[in-house]
Amino acid sequence: MSIGFCRSTHAPLAPQRRCKIEKPILKIQGLRIENLAGEVLVDNANIELMPGEILGLIGESGAGKSTIGLAAMSYARAGCKITRGHIEIDGVQVRDLSAKGRAQFRGRRIAYVAQSAAASFNPAHRIMDQICEMPVHHGVLTHAEAEAWAVEMFRTLELPDPDNFGARYPHQVSGGQLQRAMAIMAISAHPDIVVFDEPTTALDVTTQIEVLLLIKKMIRDYNIAALYITHDLAVVAQIADRILVLQSGKMVELDTTANILHAPKATYTKELVEDRQTSDVFREKLLKSEREVILDASNIIAHYGDFRVLNDVSITVAKGETVAIVGESGSGKTSLARVMVGLTQLTSGSLTFMGSTLAPSLKNRSRDDLRKIQLIYQQPDVALNPRQTVGEIIGRPIMFYFNRSDAEITDRTAQLLHQVGLPEDYMNRYSTALSGGQKQRVCIARALAAEPTLIICDEPTSALDQLVAEDILKLLQQLQDDMGLSYLVITHDLGIVRRIAHRTAILLGGEIVANGPTGDIFKPPFHTYTEKLLQSVPELRETWLEEIIYKRSA
Amino acid sequence: MIHILKIVTQRFALGLLTLFAISLIITFGVELLPGDLAEAILGQGATPETVKVFRTELGLDKPAHLRYLSWLYGMATGDMGVSLANKREISELIGIRLSNTIFLGGFAAAISIPLALFLGILAALYRNTLYDRVVNTFTLTSISFPEFFVAYILILFFAIKLGWFPGISNVSTNLSLGDKLYRSMLPAATLTLVVVAHMMRMTRAAIINLLASPYIEMVRLKGISPMKIILRHALPNALAPIVNVVAINLAYLVVGVVIVEVVFVYPGLGQLMVDSVSKRDIPVVQACSMIFASVYILLNLSADIISIVTNPRLLHPR
Repeated sequence: MSIGFCRSTHAPLAPQRRCKIEKPILKIQGLRIENLAGEVLVDNANIELMPGEILGLIGESGAGKSTIGLAAMSYARAGCKITRGHIEIDGVQVRDLSAKGRAQFRGRRIAYVAQSAAASFNPAHRIMDQICEMPVHHGVLTHAEAEAWAVEMFRTLELPDPDNFGARYPHQVSGGQLQRAMAIMAISAHPDIVVFDEPTTALDVTTQIEVLLLIKKMIRDYNIAALYITHDLAVVAQIADRILVLQSGKMVELDTTANILHAPKATYTKELVEDRQTSDVFREKLLKSEREVILDASNIIAHYGDFRVLNDVSITVAKGETVAIVGESGSGKTSLARVMVGLTQLTSGSLTFMGSTLAPSLKNRSRDDLRKIQLIYQQPDVALNPRQTVGEIIGRPIMFYFNRSDAEITDRTAQLLHQVGLPEDYMNRYSTALSGGQKQRVCIARALAAEPTLIICDEPTSALDQLVAEDILKLLQQLQDDMGLSYLVITHDLGIVRRIAHRTAILLGGEIVANGPTGDIFKPPFHTYTEKLLQSVPELRETWLEEIIYKRSA
Repeated sequence: MIHILKIVTQRFALGLLTLFAISLIITFGVELLPGDLAEAILGQGATPETVKVFRTELGLDKPAHLRYLSWLYGMATGDMGVSLANKREISELIGIRLSNTIFLGGFAAAISIPLALFLGILAALYRNTLYDRVVNTFTLTSISFPEFFVAYILILFFAIKLGWFPGISNVSTNLSLGDKLYRSMLPAATLTLVVVAHMMRMTRAAIINLLASPYIEMVRLKGISPMKIILRHALPNALAPIVNVVAINLAYLVVGVVIVEVVFVYPGLGQLMVDSVSKRDIPVVQACSMIFASVYILLNLSADIISIVTNPRLLHPR
């Protein structure tokens, strides 16, 4: 069903990239992958990848993107099994080979770039040794040649101190640098194909753009074909020639990037595109009248050991208002939330909540103070006790704060489940049986059970897929409209900010660099950092990244 | 480097503190035993007067804490004191037996540690295969039997039936190294069978535990061979738990050999200590205990240091 596509859109290409009739370098036919319980994870996947072509795989988690990417290397994770189908790399049926024969293909002909570089580098070895391992093992380069090549690459990719960068251990460099090092490692044995598995998802937007630029450049310079796996349509739009949309292990649509973006055929694809478009739009959202300020944090200074994480931070939240705190990792935004709930003690400054001073430490706060500020966490998986039923999880705060009878607790739990859009009979289920979005709904219900005034949401949707995240944001919105809740949302995702925040504060290095109504913050004149943040968010236009390259070279 | 020196110094100071605490516990623990050396030597027929005179002569009439303090001062200045039972210098009494015990422990360690690592790595490589099961069953069986039983089985087969090795290991200083090794073969084999299971299973478990981590998946996807993955990528990260278990077993080889020494009539430190306890020869018991405790502490200290040195996060901070 898939047709090879020959790329000719990019102007300054190396001569060998000119279009000619070529055989696909990778051909997957009728691929079926099952887990040990016999459930089908991927069904009848057909992919053809021409030399130098980039195919984007997009879909929610559980759609089978990574599973297909790994299967292209004839590798299945523990608990999965490739049960049917052909995988052909440069004319060789890889599945027919012995384990040793398959290993000769991995790294040499088809290489892998993982989502988390920090987890994928061996902590016990220096970066250089890990990069040189593959070309030396496959007999492509000698160790000395590989080292010289790697230093050259470090220089090209503008890594700090390129001559000595390789001598460092993985924990000694930043996430973005490590991600670049992993891309270098992937092409060290000069493969024909690289599988990129969400290579920028774990990075901040400002770092993401650097890594995207590098990947794009590398793919061009080395004439590499690639499978690019991501859940962000805007990212894949910058990179891919064609896009394959996946849902629950099935192929929904396969077409050129332009067609997917501008003329999607399948309903699911249309939803994906529409949703991504709305996140680009500002929501001009202002409170109708001046409201009473319920939380007033002023001149907060906090330390971790000797390190000052928050420097003179002041912020207020009014009743019924959503305030977003935006910043990249290490900017102190989570520390600020921890100070507000009393987990991290402030060094100086004051916290006033509904007219009275909050004790700096959790231990000294009254039960009523604790009740009025609730938290929703980034990872619903970890925030729910897997040994408790949903009913127990939600019933516990009702019992703890209001001391109701069992029958009343059951009634109230049912009511809360209804409020967050879950059926009542979920009460008896364990959280492990729920999906990510459902788990986050349970977390919200648990927070609501305490009947709070303020909910602090720490990256409430970053562990969720795009469409699910959208539903959760809508739910938060609706609860605010119904009950007049206030939210303090901590996030690095400007899409969320644009959609739900009345006011936004931007944190950089523990200090607030911009603070005001969301519309004003994202309208010129910007603070330079705000501008950088804004420009780093991938846009759905296919030419977005090209324009940046052009602007930078100008 | 300064960072590591600091950690090592800290551990060392803690070790000395532990040693001091142990000396207190041992001294007063032995003090609680009924009877003393005077009664033990003079027997039941002695009159209270003779016992009293004998005690004064031995210095046992002084209060316990004064005896402890003078002993502690002696220890700190390198003087272990004299045996109450036969008036010989304790350092002289212990010296030869300690070297015998360390020789036997070292011999057993030289066999068991490489063997355990080798078996463990292969078991991790060929996990859940027949080989894995056979090795696991065999080592578990050997650790489940009491040491004296294993010792007697070995004597039965290798000393009596086959006659390959002597059943009594009477080593002495004037033997050549080859003779010493030959004579202590069976006790060393017994100890090996007892300690190898623990180390081998920890090696296997520590490596397998890491095989699910993303960086091991990454190496697999680089096309590296399974043996190299385990030796180069899993083992260095699994060293800390393995080294700790090896240290505990090494300590056991020095400290826990009493029974094996008795079975093979091997002239080691364990036997001396057991004799001294039954004679209430407190200074000798104290000296032996301090040596055993020091061995334990030193081995654990070295395990800590090896764990630190093999962990780049500690060795090369950001």
